[in-house]
Amino acid sequence: MSGAALAVHQFRFDQKTFWRNPASVFFTVAFPVMFLVIFDLVFGSGDRLGGLGVDVSTYYVPAIITLAVISATFQNLAMSVTIDREFGILKRGRGTPLPDWVFFAGRIGNSLVVSLLMLVLLAAIGRIAYGVSVPWDRAPAVLVTLAVGAAAFCCLGLALTGFIPSQSAAAPITNIAIFPLYFLSGVFIPESEIPSGVLHVADVFPVRHFFTAFFDAWVGSGGGAGFEWTDLAVVAAWGIAGFLIGMRFFKWTPQAAG
Amino acid sequence: MLLPAAHGTGLKHVADPVISVRGLHKSYGALEAVRGIDLDVAPRQIFAFLGPNGAGKTTTVEVLEGYRMRTSGEVSVLGSDPARAGHDWRQRIGIVLQESRMHPELTVRESIELFAGYYRTPRGVDDTVELVGLTDKANDRVGRLSGGQQRRLDVALALIGDPELLFLDEPTTGFDPSARRRAWEVIASLRDLGKTIFLTTHYMEEAQELADQVAIISGGRIVARGTPRDLSVRDGRVSRISFRLPAGIGADQLPRDLAAVAGPTPGRMDELQIQADDPVRTLNELTRWALERGVELAGLEVRQPSLEDVYLDLTQAATEDVRS
Repeated sequence: MSGAALAVHQFRFDQKTFWRNPASVFFTVAFPVMFLVIFDLVFGSGDRLGGLGVDVSTYYVPAIITLAVISATFQNLAMSVTIDREFGILKRGRGTPLPDWVFFAGRIGNSLVVSLLMLVLLAAIGRIAYGVSVPWDRAPAVLVTLAVGAAAFCCLGLALTGFIPSQSAAAPITNIAIFPLYFLSGVFIPESEIPSGVLHVADVFPVRHFFTAFFDAWVGSGGGAGFEWTDLAVVAAWGIAGFLIGMRFFKWTPQAAG
Repeated sequence: MLLPAAHGTGLKHVADPVISVRGLHKSYGALEAVRGIDLDVAPRQIFAFLGPNGAGKTTTVEVLEGYRMRTSGEVSVLGSDPARAGHDWRQRIGIVLQESRMHPELTVRESIELFAGYYRTPRGVDDTVELVGLTDKANDRVGRLSGGQQRRLDVALALIGDPELLFLDEPTTGFDPSARRRAWEVIASLRDLGKTIFLTTHYMEEAQELADQVAIISGGRIVARGTPRDLSVRDGRVSRISFRLPAGIGADQLPRDLAAVAGPTPGRMDELQIQADDPVRTLNELTRWALERGVELAGLEVRQPSLEDVYLDLTQAATEDVRS
């Protein structure tokens, strides 16, 4: 097989593995849908959020898409790759002629496809259940922002595996790394309710910038085509940092003793 | 007649070892796991690498597989240095790791199809499933297989690329006796397919059953090598005659030359043991004495040294050597 055909071959089986795993489907697909519904139930009064010019339902569609993309990339890869490493699946693969890049291409491809699917699913729920309009005229900005964010968070998730010592540590470390940022960055709580000092802290990390870029592409609050180049540049810089750290610290063999 | 190498390249090629190791050392910090070993593995053989846990077996095999870098020494596997060999080399080898799982979500057949895609000229998937005896389980999820069935899947995944050389690292650890016997049949059938097999094991029985050549490693050194038969009879190893004497008759009443060599069997104080270079003569002397005196020799037994005795002696000696 050529390299590309082999990558497609690997991707097909990574898809099977993903969709047949109840935990990955629940956390990556069902969880964001649940968040969207619950946040709308709890906070959704139809009021406009101060300073943002959107109502709660409109706010949460791009927010939860942001969460879903990070979940399909960063959280999914950090956990599943660590578990596969501890199972010896990565070590076994390295004993075959499978090129390393094909292994990564399959996993990243899987994360990107799931991210796109979540975009479609959450946009559809937003449109049908809450009447949140889909920004067709800003589709290029939406897709580019999603692609940059997804790629960056794939790199960060793969880099994180190098610092997870065992299978049982995978979920706690990944969640501790990401959940506080969802709260601080306005993904869970509308940013109009968050003190500006907290937002400044969140500004250091990529979640806030990815969310801001995606929010503006979705609701068009920045005007124009919806591209937020500064935020995208910060997200991309984090992605490149993740890539370099991953190159240095990624491990193929089980790390837990025993 | 041996031809000079320069004139006999064709013949020389046939005899070229598949694996050749000279002076292999591997240290982890201050710990010297492998202390200078030499190995040669001929084509189409089962080579058993035998040793207790912690002797350096897995370190050595992982150097040969290209997973670990060596500290020093020369290593050639299928004509390449595993530390530098690439994907073309990996097309020609198959590896069963000591411990590795497969995606529990895939079926047996899907797992094998996935790996078949990695190789230029894979074997048939159905053939390979059948060879390892998983035809009935082909459409079951890997997560539902028993430990022994998963191990057979490991062998199928190592075999699907139709490799020339197969590494099996403790392939039957944790098997019950009947599963072990079935696994041995599979391994023996791989040799019949023309594969060279490098088998590590800590079961002497497994080496005795399967191997054409055996090397025993202990404390990071090769302490013995040869065919299983060579090893059993090496260095004038002696037969053991054991028996019990009735109460009231002591070893000192045996004929004088037997009394001088008879001693208690280790671990069984009521039993006497004689190590005999010439068991027929010794046995004759012993039984004649017993008949003349009317003494019953309860539990009389003559044992040939097994590979296991050799192995235990050698590895114990090496362990004591390391400790002293």
